[in-house]
Amino acid sequence: MEFSTNLLIFSGLALLMIAAAMAAVTTSRIMRAVTYLLFVLFGTAGLYFMLHYTFLGAIQIIVYAGGIVVLFIFAALLIGKGTIDITHTSKLRYLAGLATSFSGLGIALYLIRNTNFVAEKFSSSDIPMKTVGTALMSTGKHNYVLTFEVLSILLLACMVGAIMIARKK
Amino acid sequence: MFDFSTITTAIDQFLHSVLPSQAALLVECILVALCAVLAYVMLAIVMIFMERKVCAAFQCRLGPMRVGPWGLLQVFADVFKMLIKEIISIKNSDKVLYNLAPYLVVMSSVLTFSCLPFAKGLQVLDFNIGVFFIMAASSFGVLGILLAGWSSNNKYSMIGAVRSGAQMISYELSIGLCILSIVALSGTMQISELVAAQADGWFIFRGHIPAFVAFIIYLIAGNAETNRAPFDLPEAESELTAGFHTEYSGMHFGFFYVAEFMNLFIVAGIASTLFLGGWTPLHISGFDSFNTIMDYIPGVVWFLGKTFFVIWLLMWVRWTFPRLRIDQVVSLEWKYLVPIGLLNLLIMTLCVVMGWTF
Repeated sequence: MEFSTNLLIFSGLALLMIAAAMAAVTTSRIMRAVTYLLFVLFGTAGLYFMLHYTFLGAIQIIVYAGGIVVLFIFAALLIGKGTIDITHTSKLRYLAGLATSFSGLGIALYLIRNTNFVAEKFSSSDIPMKTVGTALMSTGKHNYVLTFEVLSILLLACMVGAIMIARKK
Repeated sequence: MFDFSTITTAIDQFLHSVLPSQAALLVECILVALCAVLAYVMLAIVMIFMERKVCAAFQCRLGPMRVGPWGLLQVFADVFKMLIKEIISIKNSDKVLYNLAPYLVVMSSVLTFSCLPFAKGLQVLDFNIGVFFIMAASSFGVLGILLAGWSSNNKYSMIGAVRSGAQMISYELSIGLCILSIVALSGTMQISELVAAQADGWFIFRGHIPAFVAFIIYLIAGNAETNRAPFDLPEAESELTAGFHTEYSGMHFGFFYVAEFMNLFIVAGIASTLFLGGWTPLHISGFDSFNTIMDYIPGVVWFLGKTFFVIWLLMWVRWTFPRLRIDQVVSLEWKYLVPIGLLNLLIMTLCVVMGWTF
């Protein structure tokens, strides 16, 4: 019973994500593409919540939906309406895009077929915040403090760069 | 205190006894959604009435008086009018995004609303990252406003939307810092645990100076987050007609309107949950008989009482202060609130580490 309810929700999310992803790449208007991408990101967050990765799910929403997509929209607003032409003009480009997407599909399929998914590895209840916090902030084998610090330096460099570009001469 | 989970578990058991478990789950989902949306709409109606009466009181007027006793039916009449109005579609606008935008705003608002703890056991969403989820859910409301402004194909809408984007993204930072200082004080992010930790003393008393500073910053930032005066630049009516929702009519406008009011309720509700103890009664250690009397007042009354008190504070500000300019709004956030918030977080952490809290 539990399994089939999960399967139902998963299929719903998967269908939403596939449909939104297709719509995002086939539409010719940049703003609509960004909005469809938003639904793909919501679907991913839904998958994380299904796996009880609540922290990751909330991060997904706050960073991607509330951050990156807003950034995309601002970028599209600043560039302006008439200047973006995403209709396919060159045949070479069309073929290159097709090849890239099919190789991406191939890699994804290969990985899914060759990964041994162990059901016990997935937690059946919410992971306590303390575990997540400790894993992010300590220096052991499966801990992420170095990644965390490197990423913060990267973000700091980006901010300094943005200020340098935007600064009045 | 009365625990509402006794009622909800009774309903759950009853449904499981008469239906197969999947159907019971489905019925429960529908019931919970129905109750949440109903509470959302009823509270919005109460808030609109309150706003008119409070506004009138601050301007030495009576407010709506004609429809029903003391104008009690005025808002219902307005809602009915809104429901039967035509939803117009704009030439040369992006129809898909134009129609989607109000739903994004309402979705974000309802998701956040369902995290509020109304009483013990009376809460829709309660899991380990509670307040963080609230921040996540409220963070994509700005997308709806940006899309509404852009898809309307109107200069005023566009200016309103861009202002709103700059303002809401900036002030989210201050709200995050204030919430973080309370999380540092309590050591948990789950909302039910946050409330339970305040049974002996509300966080605004236990965290003394840093908690009070965080409360004030939270109220200012929350006011800005809901786009209300003195931060109502996105819909500044005297310069932008109605800002990002200029082109909307009927119920699509109604969604923006209701979401704005309910965001005010949510901001006040989170303030009362984090700082004023949520549904926990006022307890003074040593006064046992006083504490027992306070325990007899139900949790819902405590929560709504505190929330409406905070709403009243915010409405007082709204009808007293003039509107800021956009540069003043942004510099208030980045030059004053964020540095003070960061310093306050540091002081709060220091207090917690040194054990200087009550």
